[in-house]
Amino acid sequence: MGKIRTPYLLLLPGFGFLFTFFILPILNLAQTSTQTPVGGGDTGQYEQTFRFQNYIDAFIENKEQFARSFIYAIIATVLALIISYPLAYAIAFKSGKYKNFLLVLVVAPFFTSFLLRTVAWKQILGEEGFVVPTLRSLGIISQSTTLTSTSFAVVMGMTYNFLPFMTLPLYASIDRIDPRTLEASGDLYANAFTTFRKVTLPLSMPGVVAGTLLTFIPAAGDYVNASILGSPNTKMIGNVIESRYFKIVDYPTAAALSFTLMAAILILVTIYIRKAGTEELV
Amino acid sequence: MSKKSVDAAIPTIPLTARFQRWFGRNLIRAYMVIAFTYLFIPVAYTFAFSFNDSGKSNLIWKGFTFRNWQNPCGAPEVCSALGNSIKIGFLATFFATILGTMIAFAIGRHKFKGRSTSNLLIFLPMATPEIVLGASLLSLFLVFKINPGFWPTVIAHVMFCISFVVVTVKARIASLDPRLEQAAMDLYANEFQTFRRVTLPLVAPGIAGAALLAFSLSFDDFIITNFNSGTVSTFPKFVYTAAARGIPAQANVIGSGMFFLALAIVIAGQLVNRRKAR
Amino acid sequence: MSFDASSARGDLILTRITKEYGDFKAVDDLSLTIPKGSFFALLGPSGCGKTTTLRMIAGLEEPTVGSIHLGETDITTTKPYQRPINTVFQNYALFPHLTIFENIAFGLRRRGVKDVDAEVNKVLNLVELPHLAGRKPTQLSGGQQQRIALARAIVNRPALLLLDEPLGALDLKLRRQMQIELKWIQKEVGLTFVHVTHDQEEAMTMADTIAVMNEGQIEQMGSPADLYDNPETAFVANFLGQSNLIKGTISGNDGDSLVADLYGQKISLPKNRSHATDNSIYAGIRPEKFRISLLNTPVSGNVLSGGRIEDVSYIGVSTQYQVAMPWGQELIVFEQNDDGVAPFNKGDAVNISWAPIFTFALRGDEDVTAGSEVIPEVLDEE
Repeated sequence: MGKIRTPYLLLLPGFGFLFTFFILPILNLAQTSTQTPVGGGDTGQYEQTFRFQNYIDAFIENKEQFARSFIYAIIATVLALIISYPLAYAIAFKSGKYKNFLLVLVVAPFFTSFLLRTVAWKQILGEEGFVVPTLRSLGIISQSTTLTSTSFAVVMGMTYNFLPFMTLPLYASIDRIDPRTLEASGDLYANAFTTFRKVTLPLSMPGVVAGTLLTFIPAAGDYVNASILGSPNTKMIGNVIESRYFKIVDYPTAAALSFTLMAAILILVTIYIRKAGTEELV
Repeated sequence: MSKKSVDAAIPTIPLTARFQRWFGRNLIRAYMVIAFTYLFIPVAYTFAFSFNDSGKSNLIWKGFTFRNWQNPCGAPEVCSALGNSIKIGFLATFFATILGTMIAFAIGRHKFKGRSTSNLLIFLPMATPEIVLGASLLSLFLVFKINPGFWPTVIAHVMFCISFVVVTVKARIASLDPRLEQAAMDLYANEFQTFRRVTLPLVAPGIAGAALLAFSLSFDDFIITNFNSGTVSTFPKFVYTAAARGIPAQANVIGSGMFFLALAIVIAGQLVNRRKAR
Repeated sequence: MSFDASSARGDLILTRITKEYGDFKAVDDLSLTIPKGSFFALLGPSGCGKTTTLRMIAGLEEPTVGSIHLGETDITTTKPYQRPINTVFQNYALFPHLTIFENIAFGLRRRGVKDVDAEVNKVLNLVELPHLAGRKPTQLSGGQQQRIALARAIVNRPALLLLDEPLGALDLKLRRQMQIELKWIQKEVGLTFVHVTHDQEEAMTMADTIAVMNEGQIEQMGSPADLYDNPETAFVANFLGQSNLIKGTISGNDGDSLVADLYGQKISLPKNRSHATDNSIYAGIRPEKFRISLLNTPVSGNVLSGGRIEDVSYIGVSTQYQVAMPWGQELIVFEQNDDGVAPFNKGDAVNISWAPIFTFALRGDEDVTAGSEVIPEVLDEE
């Protein structure tokens, strides 16, 4: 159907837009990352010097934040997986006629603004909330520990906010499993645990891979959770990049950091995908 | 030959097996209750505190009142921020849906050279951290001496929404039975009529879903908006900057309102689907 | 070179049609004339090219070489919506978003017909489903959907109606009923029907003329009786019903008959049923034509002696016997149970006899297994 020219005509506006506002900016960013401030010029003036040393400098100066970003992101992703998998499984197989209703219920909390949710956690975990005083009176934590402004709170916030990105792909994948394959496994002498290990888990791998990627990638670059729920000690690389743009105006460093972040994510993701063995992502 | 066996007693299931079944079933139920409670805690908190008689700072519970709901625009910046978010959302949704649907049809319907490259190009923005998307776009704007503001934000939102629209619509197109279009042509509909009377109505739910997704992504976006909006305030930006000094309860009202509105739309959509299938 | 051929009428003529997909020839130099007003069947196993041929007639595929004429009009390159030809698809392809009424009215509306109501109601009455006009396709059963798909095509009074295995998804009883109904509707409305199927019983029940296709070509074309009683190739002999094919040589002739030698036993067969090109043949006899008799019973016609019953299968209406012959072949015999339960048992020594006119002969170099195997599923021809 359709002439040979049709697909190209259809693609032109959209791809033209993406080229101008996605590819070009990234290329421009690459170009900025090797610039240096003009000696004796105003703040914000740079010249192109192909100074690749920018990358080394930026990385060394911020390696702590880089490490922290990836550690937080990995922990948040793992936690999200642990929380989401049983939930997705239960909705797919154990919910009967309430399936669609429960799906809506999983996504519903995320209709409130992301910022409002995070601020709510800050207040819930803060001094005036109900969590900390309860834990203190139960003796679980001491009188002097606080939950806000901690890495605990940041990771918790990240886990919570990225849950639907994990749950939905997981659910989609698990739901596709024909329940009769699980029955067949039982028929062939596997107990529940073995069935999970040898049948359910492998069949749900595409969902696991998609979910972990959709969670890890944004989490690594996030800085809102760290801002609201954390402290200067929990600064992630996103915070650094933001401040290099708005507070300390240093575009080349910010650009170099952005690219390093992208490169690191790409490398990790490629290794991960190779190991997990799935090809179809989109 | 009698139908019932008279003397044999009905065998009972051993206690251990019964306990295992009960445990397994209720373990799942217990987990789901806990999980959903966890999911709804911040929502419930936000909703509850929208009734707080709090004035400017909504940190401590002062008293119950309907005043915030009766006057949601009481705090000055809340409604202008909300207005901007909605305007930007509609504009971004409009353009992203059109551009994205066109791409989805091109990739989903035709075999052409560069198809896999196209798929990759669509995938890239989804795989790039928001901070990189936002920062790079800001850099570009600065090079061309364009100040961040309303329209740069709209552009930024269209940019990151297109990919999601493409993926959503493409999935819907893929589930379309090609024989339906062949049947239409067999019944004297030319290519344009086939598209208009068969293809489009059947893909429409996918496009609607994509538009809804685009709007919610745009409305809720903070990071990319933060880089490209300059002095223009959006709802997430407002909450972020207000977080330090205290968010007015009206923001909670708006947040809760959005929650209920979105919930209503989704449930209505489900009911419509169920009625269509009947 | 597209133009509106919707007023073309007449016989459908396919001339030297070939359809290639890369190296694969789905249809190979096929020529065919389908007379106006007939019920024509394209019969063959999966992958033989029958559906591809149908789609080329509909305009949904274009032939690589060759031409298609409707009467005097060359419709080879016209689009589907420019041809006065409608299709009943295998999975019905009813528009799920339109009501039954609108589904049927679809073709009429595209052609600009004014009074849609009368036509749609007429055809709904023809298929006996007037009460379903307001429903949606998903609310109908398989049999009902099939009839609506038929109605949607017929209402346009096409020059040619194409049916792509339309009864495949129905259960046996419903299928039998629909076969009779389709035949009746074709006579009633007077359209030319082209019916594609792999079910030989269906083709023989419904069609005036059958073309048996195999690997992109027509093996034989004729009336059901012609094809059944006088097959020209092993494929046709095995694909329609079952055949016993026995190797032999022609040893002489006798007026209208030929005399043949089968492993030392002599039989006679009519000359006009022999398709051999030289003296080596396969003699073919249908299982229901054989008669089994115990050794000292008098027999007439052709006789093959020295058989021993290896298997007895009682099928209610008939009994199927497998008889081992001295040269190692097992022949299949169907005996009607018209005088009680099967009189023969496993191990009995028997003779097989039959009337000579029921013998046909195929070329000696034929592949005797052609048409009788279960062919592994080929990918969808579309």
